[in-house]
Amino acid sequence: MDKMTQLLKLLENTDTIEINDFRMDFDELEIQIMPAVQRMVQQVAQKQAEVAKEVLPSMEPFAPPVHNWPGEVAEVQLGAGSRKSVFLGGQTALYRFEEPQPNAPVVTFDVFDIPMPGLPKPIREHFDDVMEHPGEWAKKAVKDYGANMITIHLIGTGPKVMDKTPRQAAQDIEEVLQAVKVPLVIGASGDPVKDPIVLEAAAQAAEGERCLLASANLDLDYKKVAKAAVDYNHAVLSWAITDVNMQKTLNKYLMKEGLTQNDIVMDPTTCALGYGIEFSIDVITRTRLAALKGDTDLQMPMSSGTTNAWGSREAWMKKDEWGPTAYRGPIWEIITGLTMMLCGVDIFMMLHPSSVKMLKEIGNTFTRDYLTTDVPDITNWITELE
Amino acid sequence: MQVTAMEIYRLLPKTNCAKCGEASCMAFATKLSDKETDLELCTQLAANEMEELENLLAPAVREITIGKGDKTILVGGDEVLYRYELTYYNPTPIIIDVNDDMDEEALNERVKIIEESEFERTGETLVLDGIALRNSSGNADKFAETASKLKSSKLPLVLCSLDPTAMKAALENVGDERPLIYAATENNFDEMAELALEYDCPLAIFVPNDLEKMKEISNILRSKGVRDMVLDPGTYVNDGIGDTLDNFIMIRRLAIEERDEDFRFPIMGIPALTWLYEDDEVQGGIKEATIAATLMNKYADLLIIHGTNIWELIPVLTLRQSVFTDPRKPQAVDAGLYEFGELADDSPVVLTTNFALTYYTVEGDLKSGKSNCYLLVLDTEGRAVDVSLAGGQLTGESVAELIKDSGIEDKVKTRTLIIPGLAAPMSGEIEDDSGWEVVVGPRDSSGMPDFFHKLQEKQEAK
Repeated sequence: MDKMTQLLKLLENTDTIEINDFRMDFDELEIQIMPAVQRMVQQVAQKQAEVAKEVLPSMEPFAPPVHNWPGEVAEVQLGAGSRKSVFLGGQTALYRFEEPQPNAPVVTFDVFDIPMPGLPKPIREHFDDVMEHPGEWAKKAVKDYGANMITIHLIGTGPKVMDKTPRQAAQDIEEVLQAVKVPLVIGASGDPVKDPIVLEAAAQAAEGERCLLASANLDLDYKKVAKAAVDYNHAVLSWAITDVNMQKTLNKYLMKEGLTQNDIVMDPTTCALGYGIEFSIDVITRTRLAALKGDTDLQMPMSSGTTNAWGSREAWMKKDEWGPTAYRGPIWEIITGLTMMLCGVDIFMMLHPSSVKMLKEIGNTFTRDYLTTDVPDITNWITELE
Repeated sequence: MQVTAMEIYRLLPKTNCAKCGEASCMAFATKLSDKETDLELCTQLAANEMEELENLLAPAVREITIGKGDKTILVGGDEVLYRYELTYYNPTPIIIDVNDDMDEEALNERVKIIEESEFERTGETLVLDGIALRNSSGNADKFAETASKLKSSKLPLVLCSLDPTAMKAALENVGDERPLIYAATENNFDEMAELALEYDCPLAIFVPNDLEKMKEISNILRSKGVRDMVLDPGTYVNDGIGDTLDNFIMIRRLAIEERDEDFRFPIMGIPALTWLYEDDEVQGGIKEATIAATLMNKYADLLIIHGTNIWELIPVLTLRQSVFTDPRKPQAVDAGLYEFGELADDSPVVLTTNFALTYYTVEGDLKSGKSNCYLLVLDTEGRAVDVSLAGGQLTGESVAELIKDSGIEDKVKTRTLIIPGLAAPMSGEIEDDSGWEVVVGPRDSSGMPDFFHKLQEKQEAK
């Protein structure tokens, strides 16, 4: 017998080989294991596998995968003076099973300083009778539709709209302040030159009421907006365009002007469902994760201009094969807002009463503890469903 | 995350037998790491080695096949918790329910609706993916009989019955098509596991709101040799939606961050449960779409829906398309000059951006309106009109450059550019930098055909 065969003979009834004081010197090494040895190794492995199958794999008991987050989201108070207060943010965790959030998501209804004939019909039909007077409009949103807050858009101040003066804007603010007791978001027209002046006048008119001035961004005199907020005790909406770094920079600049984390709400930009919502998902997710991981420049609550959803053609365009716009519009607004809410957004600017209702139903569960809600028995859904 | 070739190589036989078609085990490992070959090709591995390698190579959430041949859907397969980290895989199939109390006519009609529902979006046709048959009658024969009728459908099946006898009867008829068996519960998992193994079908586990018990059952089923499972931790559509979300998220976190073997399976949600509490078609439809969107946002890998109104399905299908877009691929088309219809040297010239969605929307409107025009597509790094306006990609300068480089000035003798309504604030700057006259077009490109019509009337009046 040659040496290899001898060795194999010896190995026939062997399960393991132990080699002691073994040394090899080589330049290049290629090991060829004989088929017989291989087969033996496989047989052993098979044996082990069979043993493993008979015994139940030991099971780690279930434990909720809770993280310890080093950072937390700042809490921002809106509404003071003659207003009721609303609080945003304050989360110490990403999800409810880790730690329920202290404040439920908030919805603020859009109201405009001019009648808006361009608003989609499903919205106009709720507010047609009050659109001439922003105060009445706001009142209806609060009284009939349970708005937590009102956003008054001073669209009429736009140089190409009605070119209302800052003084007129201040009067509109006073009208809305008198009409409702909820906190206000004050929006301008989107004109980078005029907006800061309009917001300053509005901030003065609402001194001490702790409104949210919308908005400061890198394209306008954000220092003026920040100063108006500091001088008259308001908070500022910090708006960046789906860009975490831009958001960080702007927040830093605003804090240099004397605002604190508790005076800033971020708007990372809401792209509507089907129109880039995935960009907003990514940016908002990253922003909230950064906050919880401890980035102090991003630890503010977030806002969503959910109303953008109504710009999507699926929401408004008449097209019989898509079904009635009366249903499509509200769903588009709900799903846009809801998707943002699930990524961490705290305050939603919305238009349609039933969208608001649906969003709040889900948002309100965020403040409750895991497994503390009475749930129905669903075990027989297969037969119970119509 | 991707497993390296070295990690795989350590577990291969290192015999370089070449039976897999690769010259060496190292080459095979490299291909495995890139998901370019199949582990089954290695003939030298013992069962436990094979299993170890399979585990290593499998995505954090196992990918499960439902159906066979042309009637196949893949579920699961995800590697990350957030899409920006990589991408999500296998867009959530939307399965519509039917039941075994339906008469033949009603059944056929509903199957037809499920098969034919579609919605065109950015050059993609969005469709529904499967049929869930509910054993609403509680009768095994009826269940089996209806299942047989569904064999002629072109969509894969989910069989819903908690009664093992009924399940067996149905599987005898359609078990060769690899339907998803719904479901094993704490009361029937022994029998359901046997059926899953006997017919080689994937098996859903239904344990509402009790992850501890779900883990136990998943563990037992795994030890019985069931490999392909889908987890249903219960869908609560009212106040309980908070618990449902928590359950979904916990399962996914345990799968991805802890590689908990008992939870490394796709999750299914059942927005159809909405209809246990809603009678109104409209309110119910809005609510069901909302629940579907909620669960899809947080890790549902498969959804069973009841409503088939297209206005309810469109937003859900759109969300799916958005969420499952690969963030690593820019959503842009090539910039430059595009031509539509019959052109002359006085044809209108229109501007848009190269964001894929923007481009395809405009393209669709120009085509359906049978418009004749040149379309200049500006490189905005894949941004929409309003976003690129704010972001500084759509400027007078960039448009002027596009006009020059595209050669449009040799094709038309006019010097008039129609810009999107949303780009109106930039009109002055574009005129200054390009020397062209700017006309502000509609805010939405659906208004283009009408706009061209009026433009033509104006010209003729002149």
